[in-house]
Amino acid sequence: MGMTMTQKILAAHAGLPSVRAGQLIMADLDLVLGNDITAPVAIGEFDKFGCEKVFDRDKVALVPDHFTPNKDIKAAEQCKCMRSFAHSQEITNYFEIGQMGVEHALLPEKGLVGAGDLVIGADSHTCTYGALGAFSTGVGSTDMACGMATGKAWFKVPSAIRFHLTGKPGRHVGGKDVILHIIGMIGVDGALYQSMEFEGPGVASLSMDDRFTIANMAIEAGAKNGIFPVDSQTLAYLKEHCPKEPKVYEADSDAEYDRTIEIDLGSIRPTVAFPHLPENTKVIDDVGEVKIDQVVIGSCTNGRISDLRVAADILKGHSVAPWVRCIVIPATQKIWKQAMDEGLFTIFIDAGAIVSTPTCGPCLGGHMGILGAGERAVSTTNRNFVGRMGHVESEVYLASPAVAAASAITGYIADPEKIGK
Amino acid sequence: MMQAKGKVFKYGDNVDTDVIIPARYLNTSVHAELAKHCMEDIDSTFVQNVQDGDIIVAQKNFGCGSSREHAPIAIKASGVSCVIAKTFARIFYRNAINIGLPILECPQACDAISQGDVVSVDFSTGTIVDETTGQRFQAEPFPPFMQELIAAGGLAGYIAKQNEKK
Ligand code: SF4
Repeated sequence: MGMTMTQKILAAHAGLPSVRAGQLIMADLDLVLGNDITAPVAIGEFDKFGCEKVFDRDKVALVPDHFTPNKDIKAAEQCKCMRSFAHSQEITNYFEIGQMGVEHALLPEKGLVGAGDLVIGADSHTCTYGALGAFSTGVGSTDMACGMATGKAWFKVPSAIRFHLTGKPGRHVGGKDVILHIIGMIGVDGALYQSMEFEGPGVASLSMDDRFTIANMAIEAGAKNGIFPVDSQTLAYLKEHCPKEPKVYEADSDAEYDRTIEIDLGSIRPTVAFPHLPENTKVIDDVGEVKIDQVVIGSCTNGRISDLRVAADILKGHSVAPWVRCIVIPATQKIWKQAMDEGLFTIFIDAGAIVSTPTCGPCLGGHMGILGAGERAVSTTNRNFVGRMGHVESEVYLASPAVAAASAITGYIADPEKIGK
Repeated sequence: MMQAKGKVFKYGDNVDTDVIIPARYLNTSVHAELAKHCMEDIDSTFVQNVQDGDIIVAQKNFGCGSSREHAPIAIKASGVSCVIAKTFARIFYRNAINIGLPILECPQACDAISQGDVVSVDFSTGTIVDETTGQRFQAEPFPPFMQELIAAGGLAGYIAKQNEKK
């Protein structure tokens, strides 16, 4: 029986000719990631193992991005713990403030993930790198600690759902709308323990940034990973960023899938997830009148340069509604500089938005835009759980940068199509 | 600790890691501090009412959301002896095992058990008994290595013990 793309990568890293769904394997890791929230817990565990050095100082990445620049004394202590560990272990890929960015935007940009790699990260959105044809998945701090110590992790080989993509997304429809549409269809546990494998002629019409956004939110459907085939766009991206030779794995033609879901990209409308689950989706035409207080454009889901360009294009020549706070957060220093050089900041600032240094910040209710009781935000982030962005009685509506920018202008959740030029 | 007995706190579908332990408290990893805010955003009286040995029973996809190990840590540190759900989100499942918080999947038990019932669990046989109603349910028992791992307080302790044996 054939293997899925994910199964092939897992088999190769376990040194096995083949694997099947449900099999428990021990696999070699190409990269182990942690951040300022999860790494301190992992470091505590690592110290308990009584092991002196990490398995490979080039294969551990530590990114202080969640509560940074340090939001309070406790956050400062956590970052300090990670920083001293990085220094004493001589970790190559530790990114201090000034180099740092939101981890899942940063790692691909720095070329730390290549096609065919196996990556674990103590952060659930580690699944983002599936866009590059890698197997990557989120784990907890103890797994991260074991990964750092041994360079290995155990996995249960997942079965897969195949998403056969056809057509081309319409105007103002991007990767975010595609993945919200899918989560709305299958639910927040629709892909529990499974891989989401995307394929079909529609893939070519999705930019790398679209694919990062889609793979990023695979976890929001409960998936173990989301993965895209490697095509000419992937190879071009990797050539520009990653020094490693890409290892291209393709699903076998007789690979077994739990089910196949057909997605016509051309039929997807801009989509918004209502509180308090990413599966509570409505197309923009059905949202009704929802007055908002804040807009956040950023995060590992939608803080990339193309996202900022889309938002700037809509905000250009308009003003943010007087009752709305609009916060733009480029995901990395490189994206920040690029946006500045392209003149996007002038557009944001003229419109009455603010631009923050890279940080996870409000995405997880950390800092830089916390909501009060009863307040509503439209956010390009990935979770809208109760209290995710602040007070338990606040509400988060997940949307694309286009919908977020349009909503900032009108002060209500808005269709970007309706904003005049 | 191959058995647990306690009163039940019952929750619904998709209890996510943000309500188990909100991110605003993640600027620390001190277990007792995390326990003080466990379940706060879904059940503000949980922390006052929970006693050592109590059991959480929920529906499907328990622990969905972030990879924060702080979530099972907060539950364990608050005294909870076991979580029973129809299904668990996969990262939470892994984390719970790794830190030594026993979890069981048993849809029938989750439908039948009510808030406040006293329930006992035998991890080696997978038997769940609702002492209040007398009903019995069968979950998949833990394989021996997992029983050892939980007894060792989690993966770190287990690895340390294995090293000692060598
Ligand atoms: S931006 Fe949000 S979802 Fe992404 S890593 Fe940061 S906190 Fe997590």
